[in-house]
Amino acid sequence: MNVLLDIEGLLKSYGGNPVVRGISLSLHAGACYGLLGPNGAGKTTTLRLCLGLTEPDGGRITLAGLPVPVAAREARLRLGVVPQMDSLDPDFTVTENLIVYGRYFGLRDRDIRARVPRLLEFAGLASKAGERIQSLSGGMKRRLSLARALVNDPDIVFLDEPTTGLDPQARHLIWERLKQLVAQGKTLLLTTHFMDEAERLCDRLSVMDQGSIVASGSPRELIDQHIEPDVIEVYGDGAPAWHETMGARLADRSERVGETVFCYTRDPRPVLADLEGRRDLKVLHRPANLEDVFLKLTGRDLRD
Amino acid sequence: MALLPRAKDWRPPRISPRFVHVWRRNFLVWRKLAIASLLGNLADPMMYMLGLGLGLGALLPEVNGTRYIVFLAAGTVAYSTMNSATFEALYSAFSRMQIQKTWEAIMNAPLDLDDVVLAEALWAASKSTLSGTAILVIIWALGLSHSPLTLWIIPLAFLIGLTFACMALVMNAVSPSYDFFLYYFTLIVTPMTLLCGVFFPIEQLPSALQSVSRALPLYHAIALVRPLVAGRVPATPVLHVVILFVYAAASFHIALALTRRRLLN
Repeated sequence: MNVLLDIEGLLKSYGGNPVVRGISLSLHAGACYGLLGPNGAGKTTTLRLCLGLTEPDGGRITLAGLPVPVAAREARLRLGVVPQMDSLDPDFTVTENLIVYGRYFGLRDRDIRARVPRLLEFAGLASKAGERIQSLSGGMKRRLSLARALVNDPDIVFLDEPTTGLDPQARHLIWERLKQLVAQGKTLLLTTHFMDEAERLCDRLSVMDQGSIVASGSPRELIDQHIEPDVIEVYGDGAPAWHETMGARLADRSERVGETVFCYTRDPRPVLADLEGRRDLKVLHRPANLEDVFLKLTGRDLRD
Repeated sequence: MALLPRAKDWRPPRISPRFVHVWRRNFLVWRKLAIASLLGNLADPMMYMLGLGLGLGALLPEVNGTRYIVFLAAGTVAYSTMNSATFEALYSAFSRMQIQKTWEAIMNAPLDLDDVVLAEALWAASKSTLSGTAILVIIWALGLSHSPLTLWIIPLAFLIGLTFACMALVMNAVSPSYDFFLYYFTLIVTPMTLLCGVFFPIEQLPSALQSVSRALPLYHAIALVRPLVAGRVPATPVLHVVILFVYAAASFHIALALTRRRLLN
């Protein structure tokens, strides 16, 4: 299969502080690959290294068949980027943003203009072609950033937290568009800390923490391999006491976070039986999800 | 605060011909505001030139054999070009680099920082050429000079603008905020304006200050422009052009190294 991005043993530190510690991954054509991690895990630095915007201290990157950072500029001809912070040109209209950006790829104005209607259609901005950027909502701006990233018809698109800061409607629209892109054969690499985003979109995920990949696989594989299949959440004033006397013993694994107890287990029956009739406790029994895996692998401590 | 460039930041620039589209981007934005921008560029130097030229000129006998307003007009061409390039490469470039993230967007496309910095320098030089030329048009219109030699001032304004744009980009690279640029004006631009013969001949200064003046780029800019306005070929044109080039090239290299240190880490 065609490998669009190949990273091997990537290392990067800032002032002696390692930020990326030996990351390796391969992106095959037509896949949606997710880098999942808490803030400060090294996701954005990894993207910057792949773009050739900073030099690695060690390791090897090949993007679209070219070595990075040596030939990063040429490799980016085949790439689209949706940055974490919108960097649209506030002095231009929606259409001008696309035309000016397309020129950076050496495209002729005529060819870009031919693409603009389809890009705007895709981004749901067909009626906004002549609008100034200031008049767009956050969701529209993000969709325009996505359209801009597609102006050169790239083989691979990097998306750095594409839906951070958007409301649910806007997020769902972006997800739907990203799925369309994958269906069209585009390859996506996205960073996120939203589990539902990763679970819905990504064929393959790597969970990053403190600069390393701590687990990789499809969302299903990660859940199957790293966590007990059943989760029972117990809330209420009596939950901590119940946890100490019963919960910790009955579940395969359990933890208490404030007034909530999480029980992870392969057999939920003993736990549920014990909770039967405890009207002072609220109980939620659900299948394990990616968020459980994520919290198990990266811990519950706050990252800022 | 600014960090010192690393050895690799000093590597020579690698430019893609696509850099020209970054210049075009800035031009397109400018075109939207062209009239206001040109008037803004003209108003300030015009007021100085006419106010001081007529007011002060009435009190003064001829300066170095020319009317004071002609003497001042020549200085104003260079001064106005310098100011225009400096403002563009400080405030405007800083907004594009730091506030609007325009540079970042461009560097996600197949263009490098080297392309962006070169395009910014050439853009600021282009814009300042218009400012210098606008003053030149006033000079023609007021009949202060009729010499065809003054046409040479247009390409020279580009070189003068490029020199001051590159110097300003050094400041841009190390500046934490807009406020920092005030130091550059207070410590560099204003003293240079007063020392280099915009308003009065440098021969009026003590000889030590005259030596300082001769080392500064604005002195060489004025040494080229003033004789041309008077209808004469400058005495040592190649020397002045070479010195401006050296200032431009050295500043560009330093600005590029410092900007690489700032953005590519």
